[in-house]
Order: sequence, then structure tokens, then C-alpha cells
Amino acid sequence: MALTLDIQELKATFDFLDDWEERYRFIIDLGKEIRPLEDSQKTEANLIRGCQSQVWLTYTQQDEQLVFLLDSDAHIVRGLIAVVLIAINGKTADDIVALDIEGLFAELDLLAHLSLTRGNGLRAMILKIKQVAATLASVS
Amino acid sequence: MHDIRPDFPILSRSSRNRPLVYLDNGATTQKPTAVVDAIAKYYRQHNANVHRAAHELAEEATSMMEAARDGTRRFINAQAREEIVFTRGTTESINLVANVLADRVQPGQDIVISELEHHSNIVPWQLLAQRRGANIRAIAITDAGDLDLAHAAELITDNTAILAVSHISNGLGSVNPVGTLIDMAKKVNALTLIDGAQAVLHERIDVAALDCDFYVFSAHKMFGPTGIGILYGKLDLLNALPPWQGGGEMIERVSIKTSTYQAAPFRFEAGTPNIAGAVGLGAALEYLEPLPLADLVTQEESLVAETLIELEKIQGFRLIGRPKQRSSVISFLLEGAHPNDVGTLLDQQGIAVRAGHHCNMPLMDRLEIPGTVRASFSLYNNEADAEALIEGVAKATTFL
Repeated sequence: MALTLDIQELKATFDFLDDWEERYRFIIDLGKEIRPLEDSQKTEANLIRGCQSQVWLTYTQQDEQLVFLLDSDAHIVRGLIAVVLIAINGKTADDIVALDIEGLFAELDLLAHLSLTRGNGLRAMILKIKQVAATLASVS
Repeated sequence: MHDIRPDFPILSRSSRNRPLVYLDNGATTQKPTAVVDAIAKYYRQHNANVHRAAHELAEEATSMMEAARDGTRRFINAQAREEIVFTRGTTESINLVANVLADRVQPGQDIVISELEHHSNIVPWQLLAQRRGANIRAIAITDAGDLDLAHAAELITDNTAILAVSHISNGLGSVNPVGTLIDMAKKVNALTLIDGAQAVLHERIDVAALDCDFYVFSAHKMFGPTGIGILYGKLDLLNALPPWQGGGEMIERVSIKTSTYQAAPFRFEAGTPNIAGAVGLGAALEYLEPLPLADLVTQEESLVAETLIELEKIQGFRLIGRPKQRSSVISFLLEGAHPNDVGTLLDQQGIAVRAGHHCNMPLMDRLEIPGTVRASFSLYNNEADAEALIEGVAKATTFL
């Protein structure tokens, strides 16, 4: 992951950007910083079915660390993926299970993207991340 | 220029701190004050169950609901009020027909639809085909988004049991040559159903002239409330078909072992109907009746055409579908962006459009795209809406 911001810096940046244009330009730019998945990783098995845009998820485990690799065919969703990746970066499975991602989205005024009508797979993606983390948390 | 916009209170609200620009009329239209008030008034002053008039309220509710049936008959030029069956909406109307026609479809026969159809005019037929061992055949579209009539002529044969096509495509706005298709179907004695969900405010609906067996549409796409739809069927045919759902209202006589059924339309209206919905539909029809609809549609069509000319000047704008006759829909993509990105960026500017596959997955597969952004106009949209859309799309391209 090429993302350089940590969660505090991300929040500070969002605070600083007060109009929607700057915020969405920032989100889209963030999306460009995540490492895209290889085409070979964009498999049916890795696909999280959203209604409209597609999100692929895969992960690796290195020692205690869970590393998620995510991608989407939509710019804004990829940016929101970056937000999630920044939030879970460096966290253990236990931390991820406990993490309040919805609260973070509310704080960043992005909660609308988690609404049920959006159908962009973001909610399903967060659920999947939590499920993966929960499996590994209970094992360890 | 006749301006009906002031009749629609919601259009003066804001969205995302901007004046609302409502261009998602293909999904549902907004409601005039007359409709909102009629529904409230019904519940305040007349509410009762219908068709069991032992008291004044029930008598009033019944006559209000039945007035909506008369209004609908006039609106589509049906021969008899009994030809108008109330349902929950277009989807339920099609499901009803697909169920009651089961005995009319023999194993190995064809049900002909098209590649343009909404899922609601595909899936009910698939269910029927599976039950009866019949085949689904789809009329191909041209790259422009028109139905390929030569292909239709190949598909509509003596083996065709049913032809079910949309009057206007919800995804591309193509106006389909339904008259020609119905003629083809009649020559081979196939039954015909026209999905008019997108057509009701854009085309003059004349079921007598079309001579189709069934015509279906929803009130909510013509300024009426959600939850009420219409199934028009030729009376002799309706009365020869079995009921679908059983229950109160649809029977003549019930014993423990067997029942006899009412004639149409009540045969197909089991249970307490959506009375308030019917009243709202009636109010919408009353609202529409004195309007110069032909002029309003012409006005709308030129607004759509002018908007399209401006949109095509924007770098990266890609129009999806160039049908010979376009209704009030502009479907498009922006270079390098997912339709959802564009939808979100327009939403942030207070512009309501739809982004996605529009329940048209086979059509999107055919066009090899994940979906489109769809701006769909109605009779109240104006120059300001068009300008906002053009500016909004131009702005969106700067993000991508």
C-alpha cells in the first residue's frame, strides 16, 4: 500500500477541506494511491457484489498483521477504500474487529456512502473485512 | 409556454444546499399538490373499505376508487371500465399476466421479449417459461439502440405464444415501434403485452388503436402515488382467464371445497385494494385532463434535444444509444469514469439522476458497459434544470 497518510492526518485534511469539490477531489486522489489489484486477482471469488460498482477484496497475513488488498472499478469507491485502508493500516485482527468504521465515516461526513441505497458494495466490503478479521482474531 | 412546475411543491426544495434539479423521472415522477391533497383528504374524510357499502363512508370510498377506474379508461381509450385492473404497479401487472396465461403457453412454444426490456418484463416470463417448458426469445437491438425489426420478423412465428415488449426503453429512451410489432404478433395469433411504464406521460396511449391484448403501467410515473398500477386487458380475454391471487373481493360464491369467481376486474383484485392509491391516481388523471399534454411533450422533447446538443460538446461525454425516436431519457457515460462516480458528483451538486444498470442487465451486457448515467426528464423540467445538468456534467469531468 502506497498510502502515506495516517488516520490523524486524514481527519485533519478532511477538516481543512470544507467544500464538497475539494473533498471529493481529495477522495479521488486518495484512491489513486492504493495499489491496484492485478487482473488475475480480480476474480469472481474476490468480488464483493455491490449493486452497481464492483469491489474486489483479498488479503494476506504476515505475522500478527493483516494486509488487505482492495480495488474497485469506480474512482470514488476506490477513494473510500483508501479511507478504510488508512483506518485499518497496521492494526491487528482484534483491533479491526473492534474498529468503528461507521463512526469514522460519520466523522468524515461520508456516511451517505454507507447507506443501503448506495449499493456500491462499500458496506459489504466493511462487513467482509470484519468477518476476515473475526475469523483470525478467534483463531489467535 | 405552459408551466406546470409551480404545481409540484417538492421542486422548490433544495438538495445538498442547492436548488433541487430533479432528473430521475424515469424512476418516479414528483406529485402535484392536487394528488397529495386528494390522498390526505381521502384519509381525513372518506376512509372506509370498498365494495361492501353498508354505510355512507364505504359508498364514498368505493365511488372515489371507481372514478379512478373510469378516469384510467378514458386516459388510455379502453372500451370498458371492466378492462382496467388495479395492481401494485407495472411489475405486479406483468406477473399477474404471466401467471394467468400459464395454460395458454405450451411446452416448446416461444415467448418473445427484447434485449431492451426492464427486468420486470424479463423475469416473470422466465418463470413462466420454466414452469411450462417454453423458450424465451429476445429481439436484438441495433447498435443505435433500436429494436431490429428484421430480427423481430424472424422471431415472431407460428410458434410464438406471447410477445411482451416495452413501449419506451427505460435505459435508453428508445420509442419502440409497438404498433408494427403488435401487427406481427396478431398475424401469428400470439398474445401481446406492452410495458408502458415509461410511456404514459410521453406518448398518447390509445389501447384501442394499438389493439394489444394487455397494456401495463404504474401511477407513480405519471404524477400519481406509488403502490398502484394498472393492467389493461381486453375484456373477453380477461373474463376467460383464471384468477391469480385468491381472497376476498374476487369471489362470487365460496364453499369449503370450491368457489366461483367474479368477472373482471374484481376477479384479479383479491383483498383490500390500495384505495388511497387509486384515489391519488384519480387525482393525477384529473390533474392531467385539462393540461395541453401534446404541447408539454413537444416542449419537453425540444428541451431534451437542446440539452443533448450541449452535453455532446463536453469533452469525454459519450452518449449511449441513438434511437430513431428518443423519449425523455439521456443515457451517457463519461470517459474513464464509472457511472456511479458521475452520479455521486452530480448528486453533490443537487442534481438527481440515476446511475447503474437501470434493471437492464441484458441491455448493458449487449452494449458491453457496466451501466450508464441516466438523466430522465418530465413535463415540469425547464431550462434551468437543463443548464444545471450541462454545467454539472462539465464539472464532473474535471474530477476524472
